[in-house]
Amino acid sequence: MNELRAILSDVVTRLFTERVTRELSEAAEQGEWPGALWQAVEENGLTLPLVPEAKGGAGGTWGDAYVVVSAAGRHAVPLPLPETIVASWLLVAAGLDVPLGPLTVAPVQRDERLKLVRRDGGLRLDGTAARVPWGRAAKHVVVVDETDGRATVALVAAGGARVTRDTNLAREPRDTLAFVGAPVLAAAPAAGLPHDAVRLHGALVRAAQMAGGLEAILALATRYATERRQFGKPIGQFQAIQQGLAVLAGHAAAAGMAAANAFRAADRRDPWFETAVAKARVGEAAGIGASIAHQVHGAIGFTYEHQLQFVTRRLWSWRAEFGGESEWATLLGRSVAERGAETLWPFLAAR
Amino acid sequence: MPTFHFELGELPPAAEALRAEVREFLRAELHEHTPAQRARSWGGFDREFSRKMGARGWIGMTWPTRYGGRERSALERYVVLEETLAAGAPVSAHWVADRQSGPLLLRFGTEAQRQRFLPAIARGELAFAIGMSEPDSGSDLASIRTRAERVAGGYRVNGTKVWTSNAHISDYMIALFRTQHDAAKKHEGLTQFLVDPKSPGITINPIIDLRGAHHFNMVVFEDAFVPEAMRVGEEGAGWKQVTTELAFERSGPERYLSSLALILELIREVGKVPGERAAAVVGRLVAHLATLRQMSLSVAGMLEAGQNPNLEAAVVKDVGTTFEQEVPEIVHALLGVEPTNDTGTHLQQVLGYLTQSAPSFSLRGGTREILRGIIARGLGLR
Ligand SMILES: Cc1cc2nc3c(=O)[nH]c(=O)nc-3n(C[C@H](O)[C@H](O)[C@H](O)COP(=O)(O)OP(=O)(O)OC[C@H]3O[C@@H](n4cnc5c(N)ncnc54)[C@H](O)[C@@H]3O)c2cc1C
Repeated sequence: MNELRAILSDVVTRLFTERVTRELSEAAEQGEWPGALWQAVEENGLTLPLVPEAKGGAGGTWGDAYVVVSAAGRHAVPLPLPETIVASWLLVAAGLDVPLGPLTVAPVQRDERLKLVRRDGGLRLDGTAARVPWGRAAKHVVVVDETDGRATVALVAAGGARVTRDTNLAREPRDTLAFVGAPVLAAAPAAGLPHDAVRLHGALVRAAQMAGGLEAILALATRYATERRQFGKPIGQFQAIQQGLAVLAGHAAAAGMAAANAFRAADRRDPWFETAVAKARVGEAAGIGASIAHQVHGAIGFTYEHQLQFVTRRLWSWRAEFGGESEWATLLGRSVAERGAETLWPFLAAR
Repeated sequence: MPTFHFELGELPPAAEALRAEVREFLRAELHEHTPAQRARSWGGFDREFSRKMGARGWIGMTWPTRYGGRERSALERYVVLEETLAAGAPVSAHWVADRQSGPLLLRFGTEAQRQRFLPAIARGELAFAIGMSEPDSGSDLASIRTRAERVAGGYRVNGTKVWTSNAHISDYMIALFRTQHDAAKKHEGLTQFLVDPKSPGITINPIIDLRGAHHFNMVVFEDAFVPEAMRVGEEGAGWKQVTTELAFERSGPERYLSSLALILELIREVGKVPGERAAAVVGRLVAHLATLRQMSLSVAGMLEAGQNPNLEAAVVKDVGTTFEQEVPEIVHALLGVEPTNDTGTHLQQVLGYLTQSAPSFSLRGGTREILRGIIARGLGLR
């Protein structure tokens, strides 16, 4: 781990351990915006790891951002921090300035499009996007659309949308935003950005959040297994429990590797394959991991009172957001089949 | 808290240059190999091939040059291993020695043993077998009963080893014997020896596996003599050494690539434009494969950095064998073609071979249950 990452890791761990309390998590689920936490996160320079220092960011890499995003997952942080990181990176990729405050990206659903149109002497945004993460809380929305055959990144004020509130399983905001001729505050083409940049990078950060979440539930379940006693001994001494936790450990390890590798690929500016791999592999790990963690915890883990559910409900939602395992596996399978069996190993070995 | 940690591995340019060389060599050597032959990989025993690998400097390649090694990095070795396995090369005449017997001798052997065996191993001339399991001692290895008693100039051995792969065609076996009998301290009093399987008093009986193939053996020792000079390490240090040896065994990339040949046949079968279900199946397998490769590379990176990734290696082996074991099942579920022995299409034959080998993936080198026990210990549960 390089120095910046070590520092980031210390900062996020300390901040999230102190500030993401049970009260805060519950209040967020009730719809309260954790403004003080956001401010602390922003002041600590965690929201813009990929933005150059000259533009007010940390000037880091995706590898650095991984530390923040996976920690956000590990601590089930109820903020649009991964979304802000992606949105700010998209703005930078197009050479645009990054506003302060929480950002989000849209659209996130496969078949939706938000259209950039030239009207009344300016660029405007039309269309409806459902399940936009933290749509109600974001100050701005970053959109990628094609204009003149090029991927164009555009910034609009979230206030320019009609918002219909909804949430995911963990009661994180997932709102419908309807734009009708909303004025675009800034826009520019981004060379080399794929047209599906929003979904791709959305999948990328969800994979890292899930990898963090898996670490968290492994730690929770392992600790519980050493504390909970039945039949006169800690349940962690029963072999069935040990074997289950070993399986969970394997999935957590695989998830961390797949997600970190996808962030490394993003630093190479070629993240499609590794992101598809990560979203498919980590999503599977999330399902199996959550199931084992709950089994080990017994009934107490099935209560709202216990903190396990703050993570597992997120895992169940995150695995579906920005494309679930089957969608990414299908895309991956098609690309592999098209290249043919002969190229599979050379391709893998070159990554 | 979890006590394992995986960092992304990175291959240096020298390793990538080597990869091209290895690939070229394998292409020339294996161009006539059918998919079913490639699926056999470390079931394939071919001394000629092993000697060629040795001549290239690709056996014992991290060892000191004075023992016939090339002092290459662990990452360069990793590249040779993964390319060789991915190509399905017949590696078993040098594999065991390169992976565990050689490193064991390098670490615990006498100077004379190193001089005598390591250069020959590195040339690809010496095949090794592993004599650990016994009829009454499988997972509970420390309970072995084959006895080595001190006699003039060496030891007299009595007992039986079993499942000894390739003992009938190997030049040497590294065997674990009991040199002291104290039921209360079964981990003590174990000692490792270099055994020449052709010596008097040793009978090798074939055991035929479920496919009808012969690689397993039962090796019976009846007053067999093993010279003092062939003892590996101190008397009584056998348990510690064997644990180290098993860690060598688990640390390589071989524990997830066994079913690669079948994945390749599956991709050929579904064609360039697969249906949605087939695409999803292929994609999922590739997602697992790509992730396991990164995990495996990560372990190689830790070895290169001089760390001791025993726990990480156990994790990779467990995840890897689970994966390679489920591949035949998944292919069956998708395609439903009948697995065959040596008739039918390449796909059918590869499926037939792997369907029948898959049960062994989670047995050899420590069963799944034992491995998960090691992981649980790493998690602090035992
Ligand atoms: C293809 C192949 C090649 C092999 N080659 C060699 C070789 O060259 N040299 C050699 O020495 N050995 C070799 N072996 C033997 C191998 O090391 C043993 O099979 C292995 O150690 C398990 O021992 P066992 O087969 O006696 O099973 P057992 O130990 O009897 O186990 C049977 C079942 O019980 C389970 N079990 C046992 N103990 C426990 C426990 N404490 N908790 C939970 N479950 C438990 C096991 O996991 C397994 O599922 C080979 C095996 C195979 C399949």
